[in-house]
Amino acid sequence: MKLIIAIIKPHRLEEVKKELYKTEVNLITVSEVLGHGRQKGITEVYRGVKESGNLLRKVRLEIAVNDDFVKPTINAIIKGAKTGEIGDGKIFVLDLNDCIRIRTEERGSAAIG
Amino acid sequence: MNSGDTAFVLISAGLVMLMTPGLAFFYGGMVRRKNVLAVLMQCFTILCVLSLQWVLFGYSLSFSPGNGFIGGLNWWGLNNVGLMPYADYSSTIPHQAFMIFQAMFAVITPALIIGAFAERMKFSSFLIFTLLWATLVYDPVCHWVWGTGGWLKNLGALDFAGGTVVHINAGIAALVTVFIIGKRRGYINRPNPPHNLPFTVLGAALLWFGWFGFNSGSALAANGIAVNAFVVTNTAAAAAGLGWAVLEWIVNKKPTVFGIVTGAVAGLVAITPAAGFVSALSSIIIGFSASVFCFLAVSIVKPKFGYDDSLDAFGVHGIGGIWGALATGLFASKIINPGAADGLFFGNPQQFLIQLAAVSAVLVYSFTVTFVIYKFVDIFAGVRVSEKSEDIGLDLTQHHEGAYTVLE
Repeated sequence: MKLIIAIIKPHRLEEVKKELYKTEVNLITVSEVLGHGRQKGITEVYRGVKESGNLLRKVRLEIAVNDDFVKPTINAIIKGAKTGEIGDGKIFVLDLNDCIRIRTEERGSAAIG
Repeated sequence: MNSGDTAFVLISAGLVMLMTPGLAFFYGGMVRRKNVLAVLMQCFTILCVLSLQWVLFGYSLSFSPGNGFIGGLNWWGLNNVGLMPYADYSSTIPHQAFMIFQAMFAVITPALIIGAFAERMKFSSFLIFTLLWATLVYDPVCHWVWGTGGWLKNLGALDFAGGTVVHINAGIAALVTVFIIGKRRGYINRPNPPHNLPFTVLGAALLWFGWFGFNSGSALAANGIAVNAFVVTNTAAAAAGLGWAVLEWIVNKKPTVFGIVTGAVAGLVAITPAAGFVSALSSIIIGFSASVFCFLAVSIVKPKFGYDDSLDAFGVHGIGGIWGALATGLFASKIINPGAADGLFFGNPQQFLIQLAAVSAVLVYSFTVTFVIYKFVDIFAGVRVSEKSEDIGLDLTQHHEGAYTVLE
């Protein structure tokens, strides 16, 4: 089992979701986050005073999958999120120790899908 | 000169002024949150720019005696527009009171068009377009219908508070801009839920409130016609708001707050040309029918043809305005306003034909000239922001501001 965390551009979310549904990954958690990597933020000006290097809005996806779903999930995220420009984001893949479905108390692989 | 009339018209002018910020919130709530400031900015900018245009030369082009098509320039900078009445427009209020009341109409009309090209128009091009449109479309049409010697006025067309001048004019212009600027990126396969419906409700409430000034102020006197306009304005808005909610309840199984406020605005649009000429019972029919027509336009016709009239400027103002102008030709009654005319249902089919002619003339003129202006701006400056700017949002890319913070 792996936990896939992806940080993407907010306006790519719908495309990524669409690609994920195509690969039959339906269980995702989405949150709004701020951040920047190499890309600089957009200049903002308030009452004539410039603020630069601000953090950009990003979207963070968390998807727990069984091992045979890791590759398709990563491919789907790339397909949906890639624009080729700086700031497209990152995908992190982490080992997942356990997973429990609260309603049924199932554990492990059975609880993920 | 009458102090009651003067006070009433000045207060009405203030009420109409509030409609433009009201419209800003009405529209602002509907866009995605990365574009809300851009909408507020466009509305506020129009308030500033058109107020100046009007005083400098817009009022003169619209209302000074000229030919049937357009006024002259002899009232530029309010020359000869004084503090004594000008009898052609009103013999009981100072000429400048009439001027400033009309200024607020000139402000809100181009602001209505924003709903069509929201979320993708370049700010600089928007500014050029707005100024050209106000001068080449609004001012002439205003002169036709309300100005001394205007050809539609001489024809006998009835437009109490701006069904043709304001709503049809802006509505058809909105439709033209939609086709030139194109759809928002990702439209159709990616619906955009409104980012703040409470803003939209607040905006609609401010519009309804301001509309009392818009319609009953158009009587230009604190008299019975003003009272009639006030009553039918409120009644039509109520019938239309309720009507839309009921339609949704039947068609989509649930009534929505977005629906009820959209309906109320459609009703306000439709009653505008009729307000000084129709009875309260007629206004219920006008308001309810406005909801039916606008509902069909925005929830059936628009998706079917797939054009992106983003905030339904045409669907509500264009369709509601056309219905209202024609309904005036059906329901107008001399019992309400002895100084006007009867409509088709009161034995005068001629009036309906006159209304039809006025509607067609404004549709054709506004469509054509808006097309030329918008194309012109597009060729020389480009009406649309870059794809990247559209993705990031107009607030940050056009104005270097963000409406909301994520972290403090």
